[in-house]
Amino acid sequence: MYRYDEFDRTFLADRNREFRTQVARRLAGELTEDEFKPLRLMNGLYLQLHAYMLRIAIPYGAITSRQLRQLGYIARRWDKGFGHWTTRQNIQFNWIKLVDVPDILEALAEVDMHAIQTSGNCIRNVTSDPFAGAAADEIEDPRIWAEVVRQWSTNHPEFTYLPRKFKFAVTGSLQDRAAIAFHDIGIRIVGGPNGTKGFRIFVGGGQGRSPYVAQEMKEFLPQQDLLAYLEAMLRIYNLHGRRDNLYKARIKILVNALGVDEYRRQVEVEWQRTRTEGADLPADEVERIRAHFRAPALADRPADFAALAAARSNDPEFDRWLRRNIFPHRHPDYAIAAIAFKEPGRPPGDATAEEMERVADAADRYSRGDLRVTYTQNLVLPHVARADLIDLYHELKEAGLTGGTPGLVTDVIACPGLDYCNLANARSIPIAQAITDRFADPQRAEEIGDLRLNISGCINACGHHHVGHIGILGVDKKGTEHYQITLGGEAGDDASIGTILGPSFPAEDVPSAIENIVGTYLASRTDGEAFLATYRRIGARPFKEALYAKR
Amino acid sequence: MPNVLTANRLEDGVVVYLGNSGEWVHDLIAATVAENEASLAILEKIAGKSVAGRHVVGVYAIDVDLSNGKPSPKSVREKIRAAHRQTFKDLTELEIS
Ligand code: SF4
Repeated sequence: MYRYDEFDRTFLADRNREFRTQVARRLAGELTEDEFKPLRLMNGLYLQLHAYMLRIAIPYGAITSRQLRQLGYIARRWDKGFGHWTTRQNIQFNWIKLVDVPDILEALAEVDMHAIQTSGNCIRNVTSDPFAGAAADEIEDPRIWAEVVRQWSTNHPEFTYLPRKFKFAVTGSLQDRAAIAFHDIGIRIVGGPNGTKGFRIFVGGGQGRSPYVAQEMKEFLPQQDLLAYLEAMLRIYNLHGRRDNLYKARIKILVNALGVDEYRRQVEVEWQRTRTEGADLPADEVERIRAHFRAPALADRPADFAALAAARSNDPEFDRWLRRNIFPHRHPDYAIAAIAFKEPGRPPGDATAEEMERVADAADRYSRGDLRVTYTQNLVLPHVARADLIDLYHELKEAGLTGGTPGLVTDVIACPGLDYCNLANARSIPIAQAITDRFADPQRAEEIGDLRLNISGCINACGHHHVGHIGILGVDKKGTEHYQITLGGEAGDDASIGTILGPSFPAEDVPSAIENIVGTYLASRTDGEAFLATYRRIGARPFKEALYAKR
Repeated sequence: MPNVLTANRLEDGVVVYLGNSGEWVHDLIAATVAENEASLAILEKIAGKSVAGRHVVGVYAIDVDLSNGKPSPKSVREKIRAAHRQTFKDLTELEIS
């Protein structure tokens, strides 16, 4: 885990002092709202439907138990007792008072946290693999490079006023769990010649109004060249990006307008011109950062397999939890445990203060105080000894946190939607609740199998509807909330964008429509074939025919 | 028309409506209804002073329905704002159609 040094702490304290003054000046009338708005946005503070919303950065989704406990404290003291995990591995508090924000930022700084780069046209919080440092299929810990990018991009004067926001994702494993194909720049750690490591770089992915799967920019970039190359990429974007048109300002539009080959050519020229200027970190600085992420020394802790087998056969819920919530760790005696904030009926990704505290306690007891936030709005305990799984399960169960199952139809990603968000067309949360209630029988959900269902309240796609195997998009149809359904999206390896199935549905018809789609899948699947594979094999037509036949 | 003026209170962002004597109220039922352009213009002037006085931000007019004798919002968005509701735990308390 990266630990702040004195420089980081002083920087944050100065920044918080500055914002405290800005809030005071706003309240005293020395700043108008127009003057204040860009300042508050630089500190993660939005004004939403009912209140101010504070978005707090969780760099690459990595958080300690101490930090999580502090988030619980903030939820209880300054919000209505809960927070919301976001699809950028951050947390949002939805009921914040402007007058409290300087104190909240100070409380965050106490645990080395802040809300910088969670808004505005800058390089946003870098996302990464929530299994980083623990995954069995990892080549190198991606947090090292996510941290390098974070330090380079924080307050970078050249990239603080980009044409639009800019999102990075870094993954270091064989399986992409960071959706790198849907980022402005996606970085994949790969092996190179003679045992070296480097990066495969992707550019121009994204969701929103014009969704694109990222294209390959560079097949292999040596590690020592990362920052100068990224700087050249950003610089060409900064130069040509469409500042005149909000909808055309993202790098994905530029890359597609220029063509990736021409964009690459210009970047290479710029890179050759500037690579000696020193953006790249000296090797000892990379080593200093790398040292923060050194794998924890995990003692051998062989599990009692007889006890585990007995617990499994006595308790089908525990058995399911082991099957679905536990993932392989690189140490065979350990596992990665997912806590899905998704039991049927829960607003997806909402966590209460008490739950945050209970999970923090569990992390201390079973996962060396280490936790991760996933872009699917869940938490992960990355280093749990298999010998402790029964105890962990019981502890989480007592906290009401074993009812959510990752990867099933009930593990819905949903943005805040019209319940909170100023930009929304329609609500997301009640739709998610109605669907998860419909599929509440865990046995049935497991029979249906892997199915990613994502909901956004508007085309900005914070709920990743474009990459849901089933995607639901809220639209405004003559003043009423309607929902458009897409099929066939995928965020990971073999990424794709969903296709719109047909006319939209009113809210009350959405759960039956999903039921209908699932029905077509169940009737069409071959043995062991997951939803996406069936869809890719048979195409949209059978789904369309079944869904719209009655209309 | 008819309209009511709404905004968010500056210091805490809470949804408020312009009431009878220029004060900002939490409950939409206590809001002043403008039935024509002229009365809306008067309300907007009062609201402008509140913005300058740092009481509220983001003033705008919403359409309301008066058919049951008190203003109720027409759009879903404004129904949600008027309900001041949170989604967690108490969602079922309030059905918004
Ligand atoms: S997708 Fe739209 S409605 Fe949902 S959070 Fe993003 S901007 Fe708001």
